[in-house]
This record gives sequence, C-alpha cells and structure tokens, in this order.
Amino acid sequence: MCLAIPGRVLGIDTDERSVRTGRIEFGRMVKSVDMTLVPEAEVGCYVLVHAGFALNVIDEREAELTLGYFAEMAQYDETDERGE
Amino acid sequence: MKYLDEYRDPTVAVGYIRAISNLVTRPRMIMEVCGGQTHAIMKHGLDRLMPSGVTLLHGPGCPVCVTPVELINAAIALAGQDDVIFCTFGDMMRVPGSKRDLFMVKAAGGDVRTVYSPTDALRTAIANPERQVVFFAIGFETTAPANAATVHQARQRALDNFSILSAQVLIPPAMEFLLSAKDCKVDGFLAAGHVCTVTGYTEYEALAERYNIPIVVTGFEPLDILRGIHMVLEQLESGRSEVSNAYPRAVQREGNVSARRLIDKVFRVTDRAWRGFGIIPDSGLELSEEYADFDARRRFALEVTPVAESGRCISGLILRGNKTPRDCPAFGMDCTPDHPLGATMVSSEGACAAYYRYGAEAPTTTSEPGGQT
Repeated sequence: MCLAIPGRVLGIDTDERSVRTGRIEFGRMVKSVDMTLVPEAEVGCYVLVHAGFALNVIDEREAELTLGYFAEMAQYDETDERGE
Repeated sequence: MKYLDEYRDPTVAVGYIRAISNLVTRPRMIMEVCGGQTHAIMKHGLDRLMPSGVTLLHGPGCPVCVTPVELINAAIALAGQDDVIFCTFGDMMRVPGSKRDLFMVKAAGGDVRTVYSPTDALRTAIANPERQVVFFAIGFETTAPANAATVHQARQRALDNFSILSAQVLIPPAMEFLLSAKDCKVDGFLAAGHVCTVTGYTEYEALAERYNIPIVVTGFEPLDILRGIHMVLEQLESGRSEVSNAYPRAVQREGNVSARRLIDKVFRVTDRAWRGFGIIPDSGLELSEEYADFDARRRFALEVTPVAESGRCISGLILRGNKTPRDCPAFGMDCTPDHPLGATMVSSEGACAAYYRYGAEAPTTTSEPGGQT
C-alpha cells in the first residue's frame, strides 16, 4: 500500500490553476504525476512516486553513501567488527 | 531500474547476514510496521536468513488490513447507491464487510471503479457532473498528502459532486499502543520508510526515549531491510535506544514540509478503530472543518456502527507480535486469502496473507537472497 517507485523527471508543466504535472520515466514507461508536493523538483532529478503524486526528491548524495556502505558489507567476513 | 536494482545485490545480503550473526548475543524481537516490508521480508526469505536469535515480528503495517469492518460496511452501503460512482484502490475490493465485499456490489450492478490515484477519482467527478463520486481514502501518512491535495483541488474547482470516505490512520499512535502493553515483546522497530518520507521522524524520537527502544527508519528493498535490522541490533548490543535513519536517500528528519502543511490544513486528528485492536486515541485523520463539505459521511448522513469481529481470528495478537500466523488453528484451513476471517489475511500485505503466499512453497534452507521483482 505504501509502495513508492523512483522515476526520473523528464518535464514539468503548470496548468491554469497552478497545478504542476510531471512527466516521469519509470524504466521504459512514462507517466503523468502530480508534482504539488515537490516544489523543489527539477528536470533530471529522481522523485519517489506514490498514488500518482511525487512524494519527495531522491537525495543522490545519500544514495551514493548508502551504496558505499553496501560495497564494504559485500566484503564482510566473520573476523570483521565494523559498524555504521 | 535506478534506485531499485542496486538494493538487491545478493553478495551484499550475504555480508549483512554474516554481520548480523556476528553481532547478536541474545534473542531479539524486531518488528516492522509496514505491509510493504512484511511482503518483501517474506518474498525474499529474509526471515529465514536470520540467525536463530533474531525474530522478525509483523506489526499493524497494512492500512487495508486495519480498516475496521464498520467502515467497509459504510463503503459498501455507499457503493450500492444508484447516484454514486464509488472509487477505491484495488486492494479494498475483496475485503469482506459483515455481509458482502465491494466486488459483490459491483457484480450486482453498483458503479464501483478501481483507481490508481485519488486524482483519477477527481477526474471521474469532473467528467460526471450529474453523479456523486466518492473516493475511499484509506492509507497511512504516505497516502495522506495525495488525498489532502486531491480534496484541496476539488475545493479549488468548487466541485459539489466529489467527496471522500476517510479511513486514514497514523502509525506512531499504533506503535505507542503496542509499546504501552504490559506484555510487549518488541525489542526494536523498523519504522516505515515512506511514512517517514512524508512525516520525518521527530515524533519517533519521543517514542524511542519514552519507551527505551531503538527505532530505525527503513526502506523496502531487501538490502534496505537488512541494513535496518543491522542498525537496530547495533543499538541493542551497545545499549542505545534512539532513532536512526537507514533510508536517507528518501527520508529527511523533518520529512516533506509542504506535504505536512497540506495534511494539517485539510485533515484533523481523530480517534480511530483499528481492525484487530479496537479504538486507538488520536490515530486517524478526518477532514478539517474547513474541508468538511467534502466528507462523504456528512454528505450522505452515513451511520457508522461498530461491528464485532470473528472470535476465531487471532489477528489482534499477531499484530501485537504475541502470536505468529502459524499459531492460528484456522490459518490456511478455514482462513485463506479467498475467505479471510480477519485483518491479517484480508490484504496481500497482511502477515497471514504473506505467510500463506510465500510460507508454504518457499525453500527453507537454501533461499537465494535479493531475488528480482
């Protein structure tokens, strides 16, 4: 139910009522998404989409840091005592 | 897909399992409160990969499951009215009320439509000005801003044929409900990532301090979940009880401020009954006075009468973490996803439905971590 899918912002349009709609690419699919909740979103960034609304902009720097932890964890063996 | 595939790497999962096994010195019970996580744990077999001391408990993390029977009955009554187009997320269609479900209403000629977004229901209202369109607004905090924004847009358009039946619920009061029970077995929580995307996690800091319990904001991919479990155990083993964030690419401490502001404007907090639990104070959202014209309960003068649940269903104990689906004599026998007796079987994200779907057929010893969706 709380599933939210990351997608890339291809474009953003604003209608006469100031409702912003994004064209969001998910893999090979493009969908229209309401951008009301993410005024900071720009073309090229990734947003998390739930129930037709972008909920936030994915923090790419934090995503890189997490992948860094994962790369260390892939090397983990029983003698290690590392934490985060 | 970017931001999904890299969080399913089996070699990293193996590293996490080793690290978790190395870390844990005594039995620990960790509860997730998100049906998406419950589903991912069962699907990827993460529960079976845990060392014997670590037990994963599945809390009240599915809004479909916890929607009380009386609200389902109210939805069914509305959906059967001639002038109504009733719009709902697909998961609510086969949740049984006292006598029928929404599929049966549709089969009997009711105009029941499944939608992907509340804005689909809004568009339906714009396209059908002579009919009343009601949207069944269920969900946790994740869905609340979408529902709030839709009601706000309906008011901007001065639509008088759109309303919502709110079954919105809030997670922290349910966690507090569990923690304040004398027999609470939970040692640490995985907080629901996308709920926290919206709300942030300052409210959880008060819970962690008051109840001396680690809470780790956690995502949905298998590696996100393993990272959350690892971080809970690190806190437990070093005697800490605080909130930490294992999902920082999607969650900031203060959440989405625009979304929170919109929720506060459109909704007000109210007491709410949870299927399996009963009434939890301040755990639901209804429309605020400013938006009350869009409340289906008012528009249709709906009577919502509390309904007793099946005495044979132990979902209340399962949602508390005191029993597992396998402890229930009805599980898989008289209670199946096609004929559910109660909360945890009614939706695919409920613990019993997830056990039923993956428990029986999945391998028990050699399951591959990090499979593809």
